[in-house]
Amino acid sequence: MSFFPPDGLVAIVKRGCPTCELVVPALRELAVQPMPLTVYVQDDPAFPVGLTAVSDTTLEASYRLNIEIVPTLLRVVNGQETARVEGWNKDNWRRLTQVADLGEALPDHRPGCGSKSVEPGMPEKLAVRFGDATIASRRVEVPPLLDDIEFCYEQGWSDGLPVVPPTEERVFRMLQATPRDPQEVLGLVPPNKVPLTVEKVAINAVLAGCKPEYLPVVLTAVTAALRDEFCMHGILATTYFSSPVVIVNGPVAQQIGMNSGVNVLGQGNRANATIGRALQLVIRNVGGGRPGEIDRAVLGTPGKYTFCFAEDEAGSPWESLAVSRGVEPGQSAVTLFAGDGVYAVVDQLSRTPESLARSFAATLKTVAHEKLALASEVLLVVSPEHGRVFHAAGWSRQRLLAELHQRLLRPGSELVRGANGIAEGMPEQFGGETAVSKFPPNGIHIVHAGGPAGMFSAVIGGWVATGSKGTQAVTQVVV
Amino acid sequence: MTILLDPTAELRPIKREKLPRPASLAGLTVGLLDISKARGNIFLDQLATHLAGQGVAVRRYRKPTFARVAPATLRQEIVQDCDVVIEALAD
Repeated sequence: MSFFPPDGLVAIVKRGCPTCELVVPALRELAVQPMPLTVYVQDDPAFPVGLTAVSDTTLEASYRLNIEIVPTLLRVVNGQETARVEGWNKDNWRRLTQVADLGEALPDHRPGCGSKSVEPGMPEKLAVRFGDATIASRRVEVPPLLDDIEFCYEQGWSDGLPVVPPTEERVFRMLQATPRDPQEVLGLVPPNKVPLTVEKVAINAVLAGCKPEYLPVVLTAVTAALRDEFCMHGILATTYFSSPVVIVNGPVAQQIGMNSGVNVLGQGNRANATIGRALQLVIRNVGGGRPGEIDRAVLGTPGKYTFCFAEDEAGSPWESLAVSRGVEPGQSAVTLFAGDGVYAVVDQLSRTPESLARSFAATLKTVAHEKLALASEVLLVVSPEHGRVFHAAGWSRQRLLAELHQRLLRPGSELVRGANGIAEGMPEQFGGETAVSKFPPNGIHIVHAGGPAGMFSAVIGGWVATGSKGTQAVTQVVV
Repeated sequence: MTILLDPTAELRPIKREKLPRPASLAGLTVGLLDISKARGNIFLDQLATHLAGQGVAVRRYRKPTFARVAPATLRQEIVQDCDVVIEALAD
C-alpha cells in the first residue's frame, strides 16, 4: 500500500511530549504561512489546542514516514520528503520552513521524545497491520474463549511441552534477525520431503521459545540436518535412540548467551534449550516426523526434546571441534551429531594422560554393545578438569585420538557372535582378525565443555548406522 | 481473537487406498525387497523357496541401506516388473 504525505509542511507530534507542547506556538505561526501545514498527532486529536490536527492514533502515518522522534517536521514536495528536522532546533526549523523569525520566544534547542510508533513491540505490530510483513503462511484463528497455548496443543504443534503461540508479530520480529528472504527454500525436510522455507523455520523457532538473535544458529542447524550425509530421515525413523545433538562453536555462542560451562548438557539456558528444540519442531511440524508414526524409536531419549550446547573454547586445551573439522578460526559453526544418551566417565584419580585415556577407552568400548565394532561414531565431552591433564602433558587432540583408537582395538575372537557366552556380536568373518577398531577412522569427536570442578567426562554414543550407509557428523558455518 | 501462523507444511496428504489383495498368486510376479537389515535375507530366502514351490515367479530386490528410503529407480523397477511386493524388515 502506498502512502503519500500531503505537500507542504508536515509535523508529527504527541501530547505526552513536553517538546511537542513547547513547539505549539511555532506551529501556530506556521499555520498562517502560505505553505500548507498538516499536523499529525499520535495520541490526542484535540492537541495542539487552536490548530486542526489529523489524528494518527493508528500510527499509520508515523509508521510510513519512519518517525522515530516527536516532534518531527518534514517538508514535502510532490509527495516526496525533501527535508526533515527532529526535536526542536530553532535554526533548523527556520531553515526548513524559510520563516526567518519562527519561534522567536522559544529556547534555541530542545531534544524531542520517542515516537509512539517505535515503542517496544510496536514496529512489528505496525508492519503486520499495514501489510509490510511478507509472511506467506496460512493464518489460523484461535476460537474465542480457547487458550492460545491449549489451541497449539490441539493442533498437534507441540512436542509435549507448552509452545509460544506463533503470532504474526512474533514471527515478523523473528524474521528481522536474518537478511534472508522468508520464502528462500533451505532444502527438503524429511520425512515428507517438504520444501522448507526460512519463514517456516522462524515460525517453529517462535514455537520453541527462541529469541530472534538465535535464528541464524537455528537456520544453520536445520540446513546441516538436511544434508544427505547426516541422514535425518533415518535418524528420525530408526527404532534406535538417536536424535540430533547440536554443538555450537565460534563467537556466536557467546553473543547469544549459550552455556558451555556448569551443567552444559543440562537444563536452564534459554539458547541451548530452544535452539535444539526448534530443530526438533521443524522436523515434527514441517517434515511430519512424529513419534509413533514415522518416528519408530523403541525407547527414544530425552535429547529428542532438545540437545544443544556450546563448546568451552576459551578453556580448551585444543583447537575447537569446528576448527578440527576444517572451519576457519573465528568463524561460527554448528556441528550435528546423531547421538543417544549421556554415559558418565568417572575418573578422579588419573593425573597422567595415559591413565586418563585408558579410562575414556574403557567406557568408549561399551558404546552400543561391548562386542559391536565399527557400528557408530561417538562424541566424547571432555570436562575442564580432565582437559587440564592433557593440557599439562602437552597432548594434542590428535595424540589423544590416536591413543583412544589404539586402546580400543580388540581381537575379533572376543567380538564374534557367541564369544563370551553372548549371542550378540560381530559376524563370523571378523573372528580371524587380530585388531578390530571400535570406531571408524574419523568416528571419535572430541568437544571440551562443562563446569570447572568435577573429574567427570561424558560419552554420547552415535546411531548404529554409520558412514555412507547411515549418518556422519556434519559441520555447517553460520552465515 | 488471536491469529496464529501455521508452523506446518500446510499439506494434507492424499490418502491412497491399498489395492485389493489378489485372490491367487497364479500367473503373478512377486517382488521380494530386502531392506538390508540383518537377517532379512534369511526370511526372504524362505519365502522365495515357498513361492517357487508353488510355481510363482519371484524377483529379488535389495535397498542399499535400511537407513535411507529406497532410491526412486528401485521403486520404479519394482512397480514395473511386479504385481505384488513383500518387504522384509528383520533384526
